Amino acid sequence: MSSPLHGLSIDSIRAGLLAKKFSAEELARQSLAYAEAENPKTNAYLTLAPERALKAARAVDAKIANGEDPGALGGVPIAVKDVIVTRGLRTTCGSKLLANYVPPYDATAVIRLEQAGGVILGKANCDEFAMGSSNENSAFGPVRNPVALDRVPGGSSGGSAAVVAQETALVSLGSDTGGSIRQPASFCGISGVTPTYGRVSRYGLTAFASSLDHIGPFGKTTRDAASMLQVIAGRDQMDATSAFAPVPDYAAALDGNVKGMKLGLPREYFAGLASETGDRVMAAVEVLKKLGCEVRDSQLPHTPYAVATYYIIATAEASANLARYDGVRYTTRSAAVHTLSDMYRQTRDEGFGDECKRRIMLGTYVLSAGYYDAYYLKAQKVRHLITQDFARAFEQVDAIVAPVSPFPAFKLGEMINDPTAMYLSDIYTVTGDLAGIPCMSVPCGLTAGGLPVGLQILTRHFDETTMFRIADAYEKASH
Amino acid sequence: MKITEQEVRRVADLANLALREDEVARMTHDLDGILSHIDKLNELDTTNVEPMAQVLFNAEETATLREDRERPSLTNAEAVANAPLTSGGYYKVPRVIER
Repeated sequence: MSSPLHGLSIDSIRAGLLAKKFSAEELARQSLAYAEAENPKTNAYLTLAPERALKAARAVDAKIANGEDPGALGGVPIAVKDVIVTRGLRTTCGSKLLANYVPPYDATAVIRLEQAGGVILGKANCDEFAMGSSNENSAFGPVRNPVALDRVPGGSSGGSAAVVAQETALVSLGSDTGGSIRQPASFCGISGVTPTYGRVSRYGLTAFASSLDHIGPFGKTTRDAASMLQVIAGRDQMDATSAFAPVPDYAAALDGNVKGMKLGLPREYFAGLASETGDRVMAAVEVLKKLGCEVRDSQLPHTPYAVATYYIIATAEASANLARYDGVRYTTRSAAVHTLSDMYRQTRDEGFGDECKRRIMLGTYVLSAGYYDAYYLKAQKVRHLITQDFARAFEQVDAIVAPVSPFPAFKLGEMINDPTAMYLSDIYTVTGDLAGIPCMSVPCGLTAGGLPVGLQILTRHFDETTMFRIADAYEKASH
Repeated sequence: MKITEQEVRRVADLANLALREDEVARMTHDLDGILSHIDKLNELDTTNVEPMAQVLFNAEETATLREDRERPSLTNAEAVANAPLTSGGYYKVPRVIER
């Protein structure tokens, strides 16, 4: 059985609907049936939402029947990472603590997708509270990589990447705090976009590390991912950190023309890299050269300090954000408690998984009396240096191209007992989040073993257009 | 060692986590590994570097304030619907003050 979404794109779904080749309801029904049948292979969906999906699809069909525009995402089957709240639809954050949590409101990104005619099929599995690089930290079981079922899909948005690769959704929403969109996109062989910090409202995104959290899209192609961003980007008064900057027409930039564009190659991103990953990335750079890009060396000298900086700042913020799960408001409370203090402590010990506890502990430690200056303040200063590295590099080049992950998808269980090694594998992705610049992963071929490799493209604040232009031109030239 | 079991217990207390004994030993080991890597930051002289708390884009501070007007909010029933224990529209918790 092949997916009803195989060979389709956002543009071709629109064309098919307008030409009455199929209805949105038919596509939604077939996609739901396919997702239900295929999901046991990967565990990528935690919840399917047939009622919500069919209602949205019928509304699209009604619009078309009335001669109205079905919306930019009319009839497009979408999955949403389960850290993004959906009104009336269980949102677990991959945590036992929230196994029965039913949010009373929708995230702004969800509202915008549905207003544009998008059909939300269900909620995608993820690492607990978006903490992890392998999707093995979900309380509801790991996700398997559809490309190689004995391997991880990456994390923390592993389910959002897997559904697109498995074609149980056409596109999806994920979140990225230290690489949680780009790394799974690279592991699963699809496109994943981390927009500029503030580009997309985080209202309704369960907070992990507020100065680093982003919502962003996954798609099989750059064009689909760009169409998704077009809909969800822009100022939202419900998120004070969302940016006022106008949203340009991203599709207009996808003309394949990258002639004369200056690309920087940071040597710091090629140290400690698996040789096949490096080869694939350099082959992609050669393709871009042939298209007329000018490639030069860039210096990002503070890169070796990025993981340490990230794991101080992210865990410090997480320790504060996760304090709210105390047994009072959010569904789960430990059974045998007699005092308020016991209730907090037992609920949290029983509810949080190992990785969340580790990060709460590290974050509490670096913020505690006597350590604040040595850790948290120090990390904020180094974050500034890392951001300045990028600002200097972008004086010389239009974009930076680099690998996404030091190695392709690893086997389930291979790294889970070595948290430090797992953290260090985030080296090439945490930098973009620390600086708040847009960055994405675009597929750039397979290893000899058939595992996907991703090319990372990073650009200046709010210059998603250049990033999409390069990714799209590369995609067209390499296919 | 960067961190002792005694410090781990103190931090768990601050974080409202009731770690079990077997968790304390493993947590000490894991945090020690991470903190040893974090030591790398001491190679850098950051004397005159401004700390960066947020990604800022020169937005006017007041630009992020919305208009103060009345609009619908969650109902009381919606707000407490996910709580494990409620009574009369309030959250119910173990007794804090003895009568």
